[in-house]
Amino acid sequence: MNSIKVERAYGLVVEGEAVVSEEGFSPRYDLDRWSGVITRPGHKLEGTSIVDKICFFPSAKGGIAAGWAFYDIKWKKIAPKAFIFGVTNPVMVQGAVFAGIPITEGWSPHPREVLKTGDWVRVDPARKVIEVLKRRS
Amino acid sequence: MELTPEEQAILGGGRGEAARRALEYQIEVGKFWGARRFVPVTNVHMMGDIEVMGDAGLEYLKGEAGRGARCAVGTTTNARCMDFAHCERMGQDAGEAVKERELIATLRRMDVVTTDTCINYQTVYQPHLGEHVAWGDTGTVIYANSVFGARSNFEAGPAALAAALTGRTPEYGFHLDEHRKGTFAVELKAKLDDLADWGAVGKLVGESHQNYYAVPVFHGYRRTPAADELKHLGAALASYGSMGMFHFVGVTPEAPSIANLPPEKKVVTDSDVESVYGNYKLGDGDARLVVFSGPQQSLFEMKHLSLLFEDKTIKPGATCIVTTNSAILKQSRDLGYAKTLEDAGVTILEGVCFYILQNLSPMREKNRWTNMVSNSAKIVNIIGAHRFNTILRRTADCVDISCSGILK
Repeated sequence: MNSIKVERAYGLVVEGEAVVSEEGFSPRYDLDRWSGVITRPGHKLEGTSIVDKICFFPSAKGGIAAGWAFYDIKWKKIAPKAFIFGVTNPVMVQGAVFAGIPITEGWSPHPREVLKTGDWVRVDPARKVIEVLKRRS
Repeated sequence: MELTPEEQAILGGGRGEAARRALEYQIEVGKFWGARRFVPVTNVHMMGDIEVMGDAGLEYLKGEAGRGARCAVGTTTNARCMDFAHCERMGQDAGEAVKERELIATLRRMDVVTTDTCINYQTVYQPHLGEHVAWGDTGTVIYANSVFGARSNFEAGPAALAAALTGRTPEYGFHLDEHRKGTFAVELKAKLDDLADWGAVGKLVGESHQNYYAVPVFHGYRRTPAADELKHLGAALASYGSMGMFHFVGVTPEAPSIANLPPEKKVVTDSDVESVYGNYKLGDGDARLVVFSGPQQSLFEMKHLSLLFEDKTIKPGATCIVTTNSAILKQSRDLGYAKTLEDAGVTILEGVCFYILQNLSPMREKNRWTNMVSNSAKIVNIIGAHRFNTILRRTADCVDISCSGILK
């Protein structure tokens, strides 16, 4: 199995290295907004950079302030290439669309059945599909 | 999305370039959620300050103002990151203060009413049943949906600003009947005599049902809750559960009857609430920072605090911070509440919320604060990114802690 179907999607086609998280994400509370590294103590991806990555998160956390944060990190050139959420909320979508970062919600099958962190993937929002192009060696 | 002739005119540039760009953006957001059309909004509440927006956001805002951006409906601002009267003493950056002033001036050019409050629903604008609004700050949205029966999604800064410029928002989420039904029932057997108890309920219910579309239905409570109690309940539900709406049988306008509760049932008892307080670790016992903020204090909260602080003084070396908006502070001064608090050594900050203060992490390090004590379950939850160990306590206990220096 080499692909995942998503339910909702925004953005242009992008390719990049996957980062798969077992924990949800907030750009305000988990991310260092100057380096693009997840720094919240205890986060399952603590120490991981999301810069230029295709990020898979099961859920979205955090409030309204997250909406400006995506634009901020895009401007600082430390944004990921795409956000792939299991379940997201309006703020994440409003923020990602504002920053022009592709975002999707809903997945089948679960990413952990299809790919691993380090695999090279392509996100095609128009076709609502994510494909694995190359496995991490 | 289906566009009305007016919306097509906006898209054609008939209301200027800024409104055209805003509507284009809103269409993309609406398409994502499968919105079929826009709904007109009567009021917008937006978050916008230099701490959340950064230089990029400020440049964007100036660009839109330059393109002639003007609010089409009444638009207010949420709490911000600086009280200029206190920013030097608080150790905030002078350079950022200059940008914050520029940001405020830019918002005013766009006809934004800079109220700088997260309790607009108590002090500025109270929408009616079924009224569509576009509000930011999760605590304001859950109050609008639940207590007023108005209709709003969580609108992030850029989304709220776009709604202000176009006077509409995509119809999805809580604008639609299908998302406003209760999804589980919560029987309140606990006494809930302090505002912190209501926040504790929000934590218990929110943490166990983290979902924007989870809508709890509270019932069985022994009396009618006051506005400040519902405010702390809602703010905590939104913070811990990312929830945008609740019902309260006999209290909120769209609550189902007791005979018509959702099948999933939960009960909150006094011992559940006590267990919330019991689960906070006291760390090194540092009791030098007590905060009443998140949301800003209402006039009745100010009155209550002034009674609790009467003839008391906070412990030397300790800091106690209260935040509220300019209107409440003016009335609190007129009524003597502010003087009582300031005589006790309390710092009252205007137009801000503690957790979004600019430079908060360096402020924590400089003061060697390790713990933060508050009666707000919301702020106890969301300030973790600044690496405070946080402790929820009842209002009178918070006052005792700040005056005695003893954390229990």
